[in-house]
Amino acid sequence: MRQRKGRRHTVSKSRYGYFFIAPFFIVFAIFSLYPILYTIFLSFQSWDGLGPVNSVGVKNYERLLKDEVFYQSLWNTFRMWMMNFIPQILTALVLSAVFTFHRIRGMRFFRAAFYLPNLITAASVGLLFNLLFDGDKSAMNHILTKIGLLEEPFAFFNSMVFASGLVSYIQWWMWFGYTTVIVMAGITTVDSGIYDAAMVDGATRTQTYVKITLPMIRPTLIYLSITSIIGGMQLFDVPATLTNSLGDPRKSILTTAMYLYNQGFRNHNYGYASTVSAGLFVIIAILSALCMSALQKKEREGQ
Amino acid sequence: MTKMSRRFFKGMIYAFLIFLLMLSVVPFYLVMINASHSSFDIVTKLNLWLGDALAENYRTMQTHVNIWRGFANSLLISASYTLLTGYFGAFVAYGFAKFDFRGKKMLYGIVLASMMIPSQVSIIGFYQLNLKLHLLNTYWPFILPGIASASTVFFMRGIITQSIPDSMIEAARVEGCGELRIFNRLVYPCVLPGIVTMCIFNFVASWNSYIGPLIIVSDSRKYTMPVMISMIKGLYLTNYGAMYLAIAISVVPIIIVFCILSKYIVNGMTAGADK
Repeated sequence: MRQRKGRRHTVSKSRYGYFFIAPFFIVFAIFSLYPILYTIFLSFQSWDGLGPVNSVGVKNYERLLKDEVFYQSLWNTFRMWMMNFIPQILTALVLSAVFTFHRIRGMRFFRAAFYLPNLITAASVGLLFNLLFDGDKSAMNHILTKIGLLEEPFAFFNSMVFASGLVSYIQWWMWFGYTTVIVMAGITTVDSGIYDAAMVDGATRTQTYVKITLPMIRPTLIYLSITSIIGGMQLFDVPATLTNSLGDPRKSILTTAMYLYNQGFRNHNYGYASTVSAGLFVIIAILSALCMSALQKKEREGQ
Repeated sequence: MTKMSRRFFKGMIYAFLIFLLMLSVVPFYLVMINASHSSFDIVTKLNLWLGDALAENYRTMQTHVNIWRGFANSLLISASYTLLTGYFGAFVAYGFAKFDFRGKKMLYGIVLASMMIPSQVSIIGFYQLNLKLHLLNTYWPFILPGIASASTVFFMRGIITQSIPDSMIEAARVEGCGELRIFNRLVYPCVLPGIVTMCIFNFVASWNSYIGPLIIVSDSRKYTMPVMISMIKGLYLTNYGAMYLAIAISVVPIIIVFCILSKYIVNGMTAGADK
């Protein structure tokens, strides 16, 4: 009797549920949904930011499909993401194995210090690495000539390979600590009794880690890969602040997000910039889907 | 493994960890050190210990741009944003955790999906929206979205489901408490520790955000810290000491906060990933 009364009570209060969730949906509709829809709308228009908005049909999309700079920016972004993500996940897997299987003195300290670069403003990081490498008299040229690795100062930012590698390095440097923390969180959810059983069966630590731990933390690895590709394909802050924000040397670190920013806010082609956005969105969706299906397929094969 | 080789192995591990530690920390160390050297010192030699040009660098820096104004602007935005994420994150999460209503599953699905939306892809529309609402050169576009922080809702929903028993809410209703009052007086204080953890991340994310303020704010007195930092190279030209000092000022508060709160930060991330 009492229970029934209680249930009726909850139901009568249920309309308050909408009251509590309403703020989220109102603000989400205004500040997230509307900008997305308007960007899609603008991708079919031409607009310079001041004059009237003119419909141009699919012209922007035709231009996008032939735009070599767009393709180059996509390749740059993807390449710099791959070059940072693979080392990043490997570092995280090794570190979390070390922290899980060995008693490391100061483990918490190490983990916190590795995580530190992730908290620093990316704009500051970009300027910092610019100062460390830019010019004959930069700190890195001093260090490298002093220890004899370089005979004479090297013009780091004239080298396309170096600039692109440095962006990947900075991204790795900012994210490997974070990834380690997340992988370790995944590992703590694995029942430790499983390790004892494997050890009894004579498995080594490495075998245990590769054969048992890794498959069990697959959801964590999927989560990390997807969020990393969504974030990585939108890369903007570091390459934009590392050199002159045009992606120099010779557009080697021009990412798609930088390209769409430059199209919109430098050249005032808001219509075409929206088309670039839409193109990037489709690419991100495809890559996320590919990434998810690849990792899930492996899971099925493993079983 | 023999005792000898085990010891060697352990030594290798520590060497590896210390190598990564150096990589993580040395750039910050160089910033702090160079901030106290004159530009001449910085370009002529490698400095590994504090210099004596800190005051001079500070004067040079302040003649070009008022870094503390950027600091105050960023603080105002981040603090307001963080407070909104904390309160409304729990508010919305409470609605999802403790009420049954039609379409709840789908609506919660939207919340989860919104975490996957690549936000920088819609900056043109975001700029447009704020142009139409006459919000350019204001801070509202960065503060108000705090009300719709999907990750906070996700995290707080787990905590509220676990730590607030239905009977507690029922009891308060029987006593004649209004729904809003139940949330404000009962639920919110109970889950405050979880909110604080989430707020640390939200604060850092807001403090570091760059592209939003870059497109919305064009009035240089309203620049946030990251935007100011990114403009600095053009302003100081070759005043390296002043530039390093500006970076140091943008970085040090985060490092101090991190040293105090690092336990909560790493634990908080772990707790979030468990769910």
